[in-house]
Amino acid sequence: MPTIGVDKEDFFVALGQRFTADEFQALCFDYGIELDEDTEDDPSRPPEEKPQLKIEVPANRSDLLCFEGLARSLNIFRGKEPTPTYRVLDIPEDQMQYIVVSKETADVRPFVACAILRGVRFTQASYDSFISLQDKLHQNLARQRTLVAIGTHDLDTVQGPFTYEARTPENIRFRPLNQEKEMDGNELMAHLENKHLGRYLHIIRDAPRYPVIYDSKEVVCSLPPIINGDHSKITLNTTNVFIELTATDRTKLEIICNSMVTMFSQYSSEPFTVEPVLIKEANGTTRVTPNLTPHRMEVDVDYINGCCGLDLSPASICQLLERMAYTSRPLGSSIEVFVPPTRPDVLHACDVMEDVAVAYGFNKLPRSLSHKSATVGKPLPINKLGDIVRQECAMAGWLEVMPLILCSHDENFAWLNRHDDGTTAIKLANPKTVEYQVVRTSLLPGLLKTIRDNKIVRLPLKIFETSDIALKDDSLERRVSGIDS
Amino acid sequence: MAVPTTDSSGDLAVDILAALSKAETLSSSTDFPNAKFSDLKAALDRLSSRSMILYKQIDQEIPFLEPEGELIAKHGSHEARVFEVVRQALEGLSIADLEKAIGDKSVTKLGQGKAFKEKWISKGKDGKLIASVDSIKDVTREHLATIETTHTCSDAKVLAELKKRKLVRLQKEISFNIEKGPKFALEIVKEETDLTDEMLANGSWKTATFKPYNFNALGADQHTGALHPLMKELGFEEMATNRFVESGFWNFDALMVPQQHPARDMQDTFFISDPKVADMPHAEDENDKKDYDTYWDNVRAVHENGRFGSIGYRYNWQKEESLRLVLRTHTTAISAAMLHKLASRQGPDGKPPPARYFSIDRVFRNESVDATHLAEFHQCEGVIADYNLTLGGLMDFMTIFFGKMGIEDLRFKPAYNPYTEPSMEIFSFHKGLNKLVEIGNSGMFRPEMLESMGLPKDLKVYGWGLSLERPTMIKYKISNIRELLGHKVDLNFIERSPAVRLDKD
Repeated sequence: MPTIGVDKEDFFVALGQRFTADEFQALCFDYGIELDEDTEDDPSRPPEEKPQLKIEVPANRSDLLCFEGLARSLNIFRGKEPTPTYRVLDIPEDQMQYIVVSKETADVRPFVACAILRGVRFTQASYDSFISLQDKLHQNLARQRTLVAIGTHDLDTVQGPFTYEARTPENIRFRPLNQEKEMDGNELMAHLENKHLGRYLHIIRDAPRYPVIYDSKEVVCSLPPIINGDHSKITLNTTNVFIELTATDRTKLEIICNSMVTMFSQYSSEPFTVEPVLIKEANGTTRVTPNLTPHRMEVDVDYINGCCGLDLSPASICQLLERMAYTSRPLGSSIEVFVPPTRPDVLHACDVMEDVAVAYGFNKLPRSLSHKSATVGKPLPINKLGDIVRQECAMAGWLEVMPLILCSHDENFAWLNRHDDGTTAIKLANPKTVEYQVVRTSLLPGLLKTIRDNKIVRLPLKIFETSDIALKDDSLERRVSGIDS
Repeated sequence: MAVPTTDSSGDLAVDILAALSKAETLSSSTDFPNAKFSDLKAALDRLSSRSMILYKQIDQEIPFLEPEGELIAKHGSHEARVFEVVRQALEGLSIADLEKAIGDKSVTKLGQGKAFKEKWISKGKDGKLIASVDSIKDVTREHLATIETTHTCSDAKVLAELKKRKLVRLQKEISFNIEKGPKFALEIVKEETDLTDEMLANGSWKTATFKPYNFNALGADQHTGALHPLMKELGFEEMATNRFVESGFWNFDALMVPQQHPARDMQDTFFISDPKVADMPHAEDENDKKDYDTYWDNVRAVHENGRFGSIGYRYNWQKEESLRLVLRTHTTAISAAMLHKLASRQGPDGKPPPARYFSIDRVFRNESVDATHLAEFHQCEGVIADYNLTLGGLMDFMTIFFGKMGIEDLRFKPAYNPYTEPSMEIFSFHKGLNKLVEIGNSGMFRPEMLESMGLPKDLKVYGWGLSLERPTMIKYKISNIRELLGHKVDLNFIERSPAVRLDKD
């Protein structure tokens, strides 16, 4: 689960209330986030650093990955703030900023989306948050930039229309962000090799052509997913922000694009508005990004009430949904729900139903186990036998041990004078240590290791284990059979 | 006051009684400073078991000087020495000269820094060190001198600072406060430990004093066998969990974990290099009439385009990824197979009958091993499939379930889990740790996951899981998981651990 650090003072100002530790814990708990740490009384906090709240948010909620999103969601939840209407500015297509996609990009990084935030006034705090959100999205949803990479630019330093191309490394030349000199694609790879950006190089390194975004004057905006150009970098003074995103996954591209613009359009001169960009695809089609149209769903009132064990009127369900940032209205025996573009995690009516339960309060839901069917419990015969054997062994004066199931190849074979003919042991592809190379084919290695680590214990030493081993079996779906030893 | 120096506990006991007859209370450190600790403790236990005295143990930490501290107490602190040398050199002093004058490089270096900080010395125009004040007060030396003579320090902050600077060490000292007990007497009466026929015959039993039974005695070591403490609390009805290996399909895809999810990273999951890949799900014996092909197709569709009312994850789903073999990362993979099996069963009404399954077995995570993480641990998991289930019913069930283990006052927090919605983390207030601790996870399986299996829409399924190691570690106060699971376990620990009665504290 991602952890977001927010300035405590500023956050409480944004929430319009100074919470006590207990009050804030309770709010987080009800909403489904977790206060991990409050650094106010942490002795290791340097005195010049302001106290922070470190808040753990669920992995599916990209709308809670920054200060702005967290504060907004909690304010809507507490009824302190209405859900904003995120709006794409109405501009005729022929007046839109546009980007032309060349067909070679299809082989390396096929998808692109852009958006513009106008009249933004950054403070140091909101600027830091903007950078940090990109970082969080890159790490989590974008799977270390493999799926999506975000570039943000000062629009006033570049000149549209833009092009999204794929060029051979020698034919790309620019001064990368915060670097001293110009370099070409190959030099850039070599230069970043051992730097912290080095871990992203593998994504395109071996491709014959690298993806690049140019402005109309051949200024490199970015070489995704590695680095932006220095020329167009955003600063505290940037007011018009050009956001471009490139991707290998179309759905993730839209999710991350919407996440960026819904979070930071609150700083646009007209809050919560975004200027669209026209994407001219290589095949001649065009589309407009971002798309902030809410996803419409119809959710059965009986389904919500049934799962929650409640008997709420459609109107009161709508009220609860409002606190979870949905727009909704009763529609016959259903609720018509508009899922905001901030909530791509909502896939099914069950996600809406859960949010009704969260807004109602999990711990306030009626508890009775309303429906109890009689079912017959029974132990698995082999495990029952195992328990009998265990009891008998223990009563006969043997100590039960539970060694690990994974062991080294030598422990399972060579050190037992056994030969591996390749037909028995399951081998792991990616163990972190030599101790986890194979799944045991015998209980002996674990028992012997236990004795090795207990040489200090008084003799006689009598230990036993009843457990499973696993053997390869190509006739089965999972290629493995479990044997109870 | 008597100051006996005897080392025989018998005599010491008499001496204690004698001393106590003259004073209300005694302190072992002043009244018996030379008595050996073990003798003193034996004598006190002997007297207190007869209620002749009462005593209280006092644990104290007494400050003593470290060698460096002694040096400072004698010659002054490093900074004072530096100051003195600099002050005497009227023209100022170069660092090299200072080092020469003091004769110890580390003293010079430490002292110089501190003297600068205290603003006792500064750098002159030519870079030489000059004194900035006429005289100084060497507080460190004064504190150390006091500690050297009295072994006390009035200011705890100063003491902590001196300890941090390794000038002072704290030595534990145990002493006893002794006072008269209800049966105080100067003589120790011989206590009979056995009632003999002789005593009955001569009537001496009427007046004899009997030694009380000591129910706290440990008794002789029986060298018994024992069950492992982790297993002591088990005993549920179970699913067959003896296959450690699953395909990506059962371990992830069937459970709505998308193929790009971080859990499917090499960092988190053990992949299998041999055997290479799994088959597509299929029946393994002729009695198995389940429809695996439709299930496979449904799962793919839910991920790729959405189905059963779900918009899905909308990505390019790869068959190869689904057939990769992994060591199971949770026993939920087995629950999925059991629920799929349930879909093909028919109750009296032609629908799958309600069912409850449990399993407790080992799961595997490719984690770096430390005190709280092992690459293997036990997961206890259960599912309840029934019609008309509500979220409150799940909470009610969890309350009953944990109540049987003596865990009460549950709180439920909204959480995220790819295969359950709603999902709830279960917390309980831990009195020892004085905070809410997470004790398990639970939820209702996602409808699109269940409908893919062919289960009817109105059948709802609760699922919950918890690790066995965490509560056991709390119960047995174990801080390192390796002492509980694996070959590094201490066999003595297995033998001595009491049987678990989770309903008792």
